[in-house]
Amino acid sequence: MANVNIKDVDFKRYDFRFDESSDDYIREEDGFTKEIIKRISEEKGDPEWVRELRLKCLDIYNNMDMPCWGPSIEELDMNRIASYVRHKTDMKNNWEDVPEDIKETFEKLGIPQAERLSLAGVGAQYDSEIVYHNLKEEVAKKGVVYTDIETAIKTGYEDMVKEYFMKLIPPTDHKYAALHGAVWSGGSFVYVPKGVKVDVPLQSYFRLNAAGAGQFEHTIIIVDEGADVHFIEGCSAPKYNVANLHAGCVELYVKKNARLRYSTIENWSKNMFNLNTKRALIEEGGKMEWVSGSFGSRVSYLYPMTILKGDNSKMTYTGITFSGEGQNLDTGCKVVHVGRNTSSVITAKSISKSGGIGMFRSSVVIEKAATNSKCSVSCDSLMLDSISRADTVPAMDIKAYDADVGHEAKIGRISDEAVFYLMSRGMSEEDAKALIVSGFADSVSKELPLEYAVEMNNLIKIEMSGHKA
Amino acid sequence: MSNNTILEIKNLSTTVGEEKTPILRNVDLTVGRGETHIIMGPNGAGKSTLGFSIMGGPAYEIESGSIIFEGEDITDMSPDKRAMKGIYLSFQNPIEVPGITMRSFLRSSLQQLTGKKIKFSEFNKILEEAMEMINMDPSYVDRDVNVGFSGGEKKKAEILQLLVLKPKLAILDETDSGLDVDAVRTVSQGISAYKKKYGGTLIIITHNAAILEALDVDKTHVLVKGKIAKSGGAELIDEINRNGFEKYIDG
Ligand SMILES: Nc1ncnc2c1ncn2[C@@H]1O[C@H](COP(=O)(O)OP(=O)(O)OP(=O)(O)O)[C@@H](O)[C@H]1O
Ligand SMILES: [Mg+2]
Repeated sequence: MANVNIKDVDFKRYDFRFDESSDDYIREEDGFTKEIIKRISEEKGDPEWVRELRLKCLDIYNNMDMPCWGPSIEELDMNRIASYVRHKTDMKNNWEDVPEDIKETFEKLGIPQAERLSLAGVGAQYDSEIVYHNLKEEVAKKGVVYTDIETAIKTGYEDMVKEYFMKLIPPTDHKYAALHGAVWSGGSFVYVPKGVKVDVPLQSYFRLNAAGAGQFEHTIIIVDEGADVHFIEGCSAPKYNVANLHAGCVELYVKKNARLRYSTIENWSKNMFNLNTKRALIEEGGKMEWVSGSFGSRVSYLYPMTILKGDNSKMTYTGITFSGEGQNLDTGCKVVHVGRNTSSVITAKSISKSGGIGMFRSSVVIEKAATNSKCSVSCDSLMLDSISRADTVPAMDIKAYDADVGHEAKIGRISDEAVFYLMSRGMSEEDAKALIVSGFADSVSKELPLEYAVEMNNLIKIEMSGHKA
Repeated sequence: MSNNTILEIKNLSTTVGEEKTPILRNVDLTVGRGETHIIMGPNGAGKSTLGFSIMGGPAYEIESGSIIFEGEDITDMSPDKRAMKGIYLSFQNPIEVPGITMRSFLRSSLQQLTGKKIKFSEFNKILEEAMEMINMDPSYVDRDVNVGFSGGEKKKAEILQLLVLKPKLAILDETDSGLDVDAVRTVSQGISAYKKKYGGTLIIITHNAAILEALDVDKTHVLVKGKIAKSGGAELIDEINRNGFEKYIDG
C-alpha cells in the first residue's frame, strides 16, 4: 500500500542515543577471548552445557576462515567490538518498570504503542539483553510460551532449548555462526502448542544502542502440529562512526501442518555489519512464510534458508532490500526440497540508489526424493541512477526428474518518463520517485501488517529524500 | 503580447538525444485564453514533442526560443512547477503507475495543485461528478493508475484527470486515438464541459475531426518536419481531411 501523503518524516526517528558510559551499564571489554566468554557465561548464570558450548564455539570460531565471497568486511575489526553490553536492570514484565532512557528509546520507536495496536505479545531487547517481555493473558492461557532463551532455560524449558538450540544452525556452519554460539545473548523463545492458533502477531524489537558493540540474539520458534503464528522482528540502531556487528541466529521449527509467518523490518544504522543467519525446518504439510524488508547496515550477508523436509510442505519468501550510499547488501534465499509435493515461491525486489549495491543470491536444491516439487524464483531490481548496482546470482541443483522450476530476473532503471508523468500532475521530483519506488515495493508492503507497511513507506521516503539516516 | 494571451511560444527549437537530432524548428505559437487550437501533422512531425516541451519533458533539449505562460518565462521550469501554474498534458501514451490507486493519486495531485487539504468526502464528490461527465465506470478509480487499463480506458482516464484537476491550459495529445465511436463522443463532451464550465484553454493534437464535434475551433496549425507549415481557422481541418499533408510536405 503506497501512500503519497506520507509527509513530514522525522529523520531523527532512528538516530538518537543515550550515553552508555554511565554507571548504569555493564560493558565487556572489546574483543573475543576465552576470559571474556567465561565472564559472560558467569554473568548470565549459564548451565554447564551452555558454558561448554560457548567455549567450544569460540574454538571453532578461532579456527575457521573468513568467508571468501561476498562484500568486504575488512573494516570490521573484531578487536574493537564489545561482545556484551547491558543495563543494570532485569527483564521487566511491566513497562512502567523499564529504566527511563531505555523506555524513552523504545517509545520513540513506537513500542509499546505497537502493543496497544493489537499484538499478542511484545519483547524488546536493548543491546545484549531483553529488557521487556509481555504476553497477553489470553494467549498465555492457551499455553503459548514467549520469553527469551535465558528465561526459558531457567523456567522449565531447558530440555526443549537443549533439543533445538544451534541444531539447525550448527556452529560449524560458518565463522559468524560459531562466534554467535560463543557470545549469544538475549533473543526470543517461542513455543506454540499443538493446534493453537495465535491470531494476532507476536513482536520482538531489537535495538543496538551502544557504539562499537555487537548484538548476538538467538531466536528459537517452535510451532507445534497444526498450530499457527505470526512473528515480527524489528531492528534499528543509531549511527556511530565505528563499526557495529550484528550476528544473530534464528532457528524456526514448523511441525506437521503448522504455519509460521516470520516478518522482519530491519533498519540497522549504516555502520552496522549485519551477518545474520536464519533457518527453518518444515515438517509434513507445514508452511513457512518469510517476509523481509532490509534497509539498513553497511554490509549485510543475509540468506534465510528453508528445508522442506516433510511431504507437501511449502515455503514462500517475499523480500525487499534498499541499498543507498555506501551500502552493500548481499541478500538471498535458500531452499532445499526434501519431501515429495513440496513447493516454494521466492519473490525478491531490490532497489539501489546513490552508489548502493544490491545483490540477490538464490539457491534452490531439489533432492532426488522430492518428486512432484515446484519452485519459482523471481527477482526484480530497480536502479535509481547510473552509479548504483544490482545483480542476481541464481544457483540451482535439481536432482528430482520431474521438478518444475522457474527463474525470472529483471533489472531496470527508474523510468524518466514515469517521473515526468507524475511531475506533470504537480508532484515534486522527489515525491514522484518515492511514489514509483513504493509502487515497486508494493507487493512486499502488502504482505506486512499495516503499521509496518506505513513504516516501510516512511523508510523509503527517508531514503529517497537523500537523508543519510 | 495581449492581455488575453495565455501561452506564447517564440522561435522554439528543440533537439533530442546525444546526437542532438533537431525536432522542432523555430516554432511560433500564440494561444489566447479560452481558445481552442488544433495541431495536425504527419506522424513524426514533432506534435508530441511540442506538447512535451510545453509541459517540460526531460527528453528534449531546448536549443533556442522561449515559452511564456501568463506572461512568465517558463522555459527552464520543472514540470511540477508548470503544473502548479495550470498547465496539463494528456499523454499520447499514459504511463502505468503500480502501487497507487487513481483515487488517491488524483486526490494528492489536486491537493498539491490547489495547496489545500481536501476531505475524502468532498473529493469523492468531485470525482463522481467528473466520472459521470464522461460515462466512466467508477471501479476504475480504485485500480492502480493506468495499470492494466486498455488503450481506450487510459485515454478516458486522462480526461477524467483533466476534469478533476481543472487546469488553465490543457494539451491533449491524440486523446481520441484508440477510442471507440461512443467513447469519442463522451470524451468530446467532457472536453467541451471543461471549456465551458471551467473556461479552459485547449491545444488539441489529433488526426481525427470527430473529437472536435462538440467544440468550436479557433485556430488550426499544420506541423510538418518540426515547422508550422500553415496556420488557419477551422476550415483548414476539412481541407486537410480532403487533401492530406502532401502539399505542405513538398512546400
Ligand atoms: N527520445 C527520442 N529519441 C529519438 N528520437 C525521438 C525521441 N523522441 C522523439 N523522437 C523523434 O522525433 C520525431 C518527432 O516525434 P513526435 O513524437 O513528436 O512525433 P508526432 O508528431 O507526435 O508523431 P505521431 O503522430 O506519430 O504521434 C520522430 O521522428 C521521433 O522518432
Ligand atoms: Mg505524437
